[in-house]
Amino acid sequence: MNWISNIIRPKIRSFVHQQKEVPDNLWQKCPGCEGMLFHRDLENSLNVCYHCGHHLKIDIFKRLELLFDEGRYEKIALPDVPHDPLKFKDRKKYADRLKETQSRTGRDEAIIVAKGTIEGAPVVIAGFDFSFMGGSMGTAVGEGLVRAAETAVREHAALLVIPASGGARMQEGMLSLIQMPRSIIAVDMVKEAGLPYLVLLTDPTTGGVSASFAMVGDIHISEPGAMIGFAGKRVIEETIREKLPEGFQTAEYLLEHGMIDMVVERKDLKATIGRILDLLMNVRKENGNGGGGRKNRNGNGKKSGPSKVYRSAPIDYASAARTAGTVASLEDKKKERTRKTAVVAEQAENTARPRKSAAGG
Amino acid sequence: MSQLEFEKPILELEGKIHELRNVSSNGDVNIAEEIGRMQAKADRLLRQTYGKLTPAQKVLVARHQNRPHFLDYVDRLFTDFTPLAGDRRFAEDHALPGGLARFRGTSCVVLGHEKGADTESRIRHNFGMARPEGYRKAQRLMDMANRFQLPVVALIDTAGAYPGVGAEERGQSEAIAKSIESCLHVGTPFIAVIIGEGGSGGAIAIGVADRIYMLEHSVYSVISPEGCASILWRSATQANEAATALKLTAQDLLRLGIIDGIIDEPLGGAHRNRDETVDRTGAVIEKALGELMPCDSASLRQERRKKFLEMGRAA
Ligand SMILES: [Zn+2]
Repeated sequence: MNWISNIIRPKIRSFVHQQKEVPDNLWQKCPGCEGMLFHRDLENSLNVCYHCGHHLKIDIFKRLELLFDEGRYEKIALPDVPHDPLKFKDRKKYADRLKETQSRTGRDEAIIVAKGTIEGAPVVIAGFDFSFMGGSMGTAVGEGLVRAAETAVREHAALLVIPASGGARMQEGMLSLIQMPRSIIAVDMVKEAGLPYLVLLTDPTTGGVSASFAMVGDIHISEPGAMIGFAGKRVIEETIREKLPEGFQTAEYLLEHGMIDMVVERKDLKATIGRILDLLMNVRKENGNGGGGRKNRNGNGKKSGPSKVYRSAPIDYASAARTAGTVASLEDKKKERTRKTAVVAEQAENTARPRKSAAGG
Repeated sequence: MSQLEFEKPILELEGKIHELRNVSSNGDVNIAEEIGRMQAKADRLLRQTYGKLTPAQKVLVARHQNRPHFLDYVDRLFTDFTPLAGDRRFAEDHALPGGLARFRGTSCVVLGHEKGADTESRIRHNFGMARPEGYRKAQRLMDMANRFQLPVVALIDTAGAYPGVGAEERGQSEAIAKSIESCLHVGTPFIAVIIGEGGSGGAIAIGVADRIYMLEHSVYSVISPEGCASILWRSATQANEAATALKLTAQDLLRLGIIDGIIDEPLGGAHRNRDETVDRTGAVIEKALGELMPCDSASLRQERRKKFLEMGRAA
């Protein structure tokens, strides 16, 4: 069974998406400071407001390009599942709603699974697409997470899940609720294999999604201002009949209350995640010899790689570790693993990565 | 409040029967006959009404205040109940009591949501809506079951996890997620029964079991019909339609492969014959435990995982 459906060429892909997504209005208002943002500048700043630093939503494919080395990755095909198990109908049929969303977005479901490397470390990413029915989790999304976990285990890769979801897909009724345990079973497989399971909680991560796989990561990272919580604000307000505290359910609030490990700006995510993976995956096997020999891990050293742009984390432990010695055997294994990905990717002859200036950050 | 609108004709009839019984204490034959006729009519009405309850009506029956609640089941089915309190971190949550007990000779862990029986106890139990402390205590109990190889019985009856500032602050999401994880790690037989209302994440947090049963008129749903209606229909008044669309009845969920069996309620619902309801539930738990007790820890965990992984794949 060939579960690698296709290889995405970032340059071409983002071109396609740009065409689709160029807004009629080239300017938009920042939800944070109400400042006007020009679409091209906003894109250059990774959808982070260049006036106030507010992190706007960013398309999941752009996110994958930002995180994976050289913006390259292999998309993993997801299994077909029953689409409308309840024959659900509200004011509109769920089946129609689903079809409309699919044709509008050109995507099958609210989850994308892809594999590649981050700062050389093999990673499977399962990313939610908020534009697809609010990133809600139904059978297809749950199955995507299971597939992502299985792939990570098979490839000895870390699993990074990036939720952006209002919660359960209520049009699938109980079949959406059971995705909570199903997703936890999935990430449990990764943990049992001794592999890192990281969660990057993005805006928003709420309801059944926050109360399942998103809260059982080895490490929880979030972006500034992201909304994270179990119950909706309105429900809470109606229950307690009082105003909610300032900054309630933001990433910073969760950080203060011990629920996440760190809040990281978008431009620093790759370096931070790369460093964490390096520490987690090397220490365990190499007896503290760290990221020795990481020098060559990005395939060929000739490209400076996206690392240059993203080496802006406060303290760059990763590059410090890189100056350490090499542990040959493991390094070879890793190279071999990376090569498989690299070979296909190089056929895409994709040296020009998408514009990823960190100007706004 | 405890009266169901659609039961009105039955309740009137039952009221009259009750009155007649009071005046016929001297053994009037005519009155006794009349009572018999009326009782037969009431039973017929009950059978008709309860034989075809709509999903929305089932939601009301499932929430009926006179249904047996967690502590009623514990009283009647378990001996030596030894409630254990606290999550060892913050507080004791009375919405989710639990502890050690003996079920027909077998020492076990029993836990569940308690909605309360009167105004005072309902407030004390927070109407069965647990906070993170409750779910962390549940984790504690499941870990204990693991450590001492005790089977777990979970009785589910909640509108949902409590939505409050403190609950969010202390990590309601994390508490529920970890509770689900604890369920999956239990290496002993694990039976869950939805005895009333199975409300979303707060319910499934203690419901990831080897065998999942529902009482005949209980409901289990990802969201309340009212909540669903206000989001998808933009009006809470469409809750009846939402209740139907959500497929939240025991009968629907058995068809969808979410649950393993339905426990028949006595004629007219659990609230008309509480003891009988509890006894029937006890019989089902006993049978399920009997089947699962011989299994070893590894295969129980494995099978539980498989069960959930297979759910919905071929709906
Ligand atoms: Zn701004």
